[in-house]
Amino acid sequence: MNKFEYPVLSIRNLNKQFGPGCNHCQNQKESTLIKNYCPVCGTVYACQDISFDLYPGEILGIVGESGSGKSTLMRCLYFDQEVTSGEAILSTYEHGERNLFQESPQRKRYIRNHLMGKVYQNPLLGLKMDFTSIGNIAEKLISAGSRSVEEMEARGRELLEYVNIPAFRMKEAPKNFSGGMQQRVQIAKALSNRPPILLLDEVTTGLDLSVQASVLDLIKYLQREMNISMVVVSHDLGVIRMLADRSMVMLDGKVIEQGLTDQILEDPQSPYTQQLVHSLL
Amino acid sequence: MKSHYNFAFFDEGSKREIRRATLKAIAIPGYQVPFASREMPIARGWGTGGLQLTLSLIGKEDVLKVIDQGSDESVNAVNIKKLVSHTAGIRSTEETEEATIIQSRHRIPEVPLKSGQILVLQVPMPEPLRVYEPSELETKKLHAEKEYSGAWVMLFEHIMKYGTAATGADHPVMVHNRYVMAPSPIPRFDNPKMDHSKALILLGAGREKKIYAVPPYTRVKSIDFDDSPFRVESFEDKSCRLCGSTGVFMDEIVDDQSGEAVYQCNDTSYCLAQMNKNMPVGGTSNEQV
Repeated sequence: MNKFEYPVLSIRNLNKQFGPGCNHCQNQKESTLIKNYCPVCGTVYACQDISFDLYPGEILGIVGESGSGKSTLMRCLYFDQEVTSGEAILSTYEHGERNLFQESPQRKRYIRNHLMGKVYQNPLLGLKMDFTSIGNIAEKLISAGSRSVEEMEARGRELLEYVNIPAFRMKEAPKNFSGGMQQRVQIAKALSNRPPILLLDEVTTGLDLSVQASVLDLIKYLQREMNISMVVVSHDLGVIRMLADRSMVMLDGKVIEQGLTDQILEDPQSPYTQQLVHSLL
Repeated sequence: MKSHYNFAFFDEGSKREIRRATLKAIAIPGYQVPFASREMPIARGWGTGGLQLTLSLIGKEDVLKVIDQGSDESVNAVNIKKLVSHTAGIRSTEETEEATIIQSRHRIPEVPLKSGQILVLQVPMPEPLRVYEPSELETKKLHAEKEYSGAWVMLFEHIMKYGTAATGADHPVMVHNRYVMAPSPIPRFDNPKMDHSKALILLGAGREKKIYAVPPYTRVKSIDFDDSPFRVESFEDKSCRLCGSTGVFMDEIVDDQSGEAVYQCNDTSYCLAQMNKNMPVGGTSNEQV
């Protein structure tokens, strides 16, 4: 069998709920929830039974309206939040035999620091705003075990150059940077330990069009040249169409449609996706 | 009016509570143990952590030495010494060898400590990761998971900004290869003295309500990078203008008129001892002074 056909990351039956749940919402889920919210106990079912595979070098797009659970899913994947239940298998970790969600906090940190990178929608979450840009990149490298200043400085320099941050601003704190530059520092940081998987959460939202274009170019370039697998979350179908090979559509915490991006955009099946595609300018 | 304080100011219950926290701190080297910091007759931030440790430990046979930035005679040191000797009736000394408990702010004495001695250090900021992570809840997690990249990131920032580790004092140390600890604002010069120290080292932060400890003969390693190793302040080719000592931690004193810098031992009792040694009995030749 071709090695190419094994997924790097498989997620099975991921559930995330906020609140304890009650008899009312746990028994006949489908009928009683208002969107993803139980009117009796107030529990929010943010992600319900989500399964997908991510293959090497592939970009998987996730679209959906705000509140559909996209970001919660991403936070669960990066262990920023605990899942309620579910399974995640990473092929490069322990031969793909361990459920990541059940590992100890130390192991989770190891996975985050060595095997994943994440770019947050809000740079405040991904960067230490008062530390230098190169220090932010070093943070990830130090977490991954590097203890050589020279190496880290060289790597930081290389990456910042790569994302077009001028050399003379390397030692400046990201708080002095524009939104687009902060986003690019975040990308550089996420890339620093050469992760096989990159999670991108609304990376271009709020950026102006020319900066958006350069960030998208960069992402595409990373996929092509470094063969990094990525999960890209966006509510912007244009971004998804440009980047993603395959896409999932989420609504109220559930995946309602998935398939090739072109297919979804050309021939949407579910009413929500149809509406979404038709509202595309 | 004669005051009727309990022995060593505290009631016995308080002393016991502090000693219990101290024992836990010794059992887990470098781990910050919370304790119920008492109101003291001096303000928080003026050595209440160290003072509470001293008061909880002191017995009738103890001899106390208190130093403040190397000086036995600064106001702070004198006041603390007075409080303890008035309420416990014990003897105080300026000689490091003679003391059984040494309370210090920002220095470890030059004279090597012996087994059986206890060094009590006053700590303003017990959390080495605080600058990196403002939340106590988060830093507790980081300690629990031995996730100390923050400490190295802060050091990396120094190197990026100033070309070298610019920690003037309080350079973080790894204790027993487990906890990263703030050694209190002692100069880097004193960090190596903590490694395999024969004396017990206790650190108390009164305002932050934490006690932690380095038991005798414990590995204490200042954190550094492979290609930027830890270095102490260098006083090469400098000697004390009073006693002529070399290889000790020195204060730089700049003459306002001439603008010239002269150096002198920071540890006053050490300096005095050296001067006494150098001087012949009933000596005449004190040109050095």
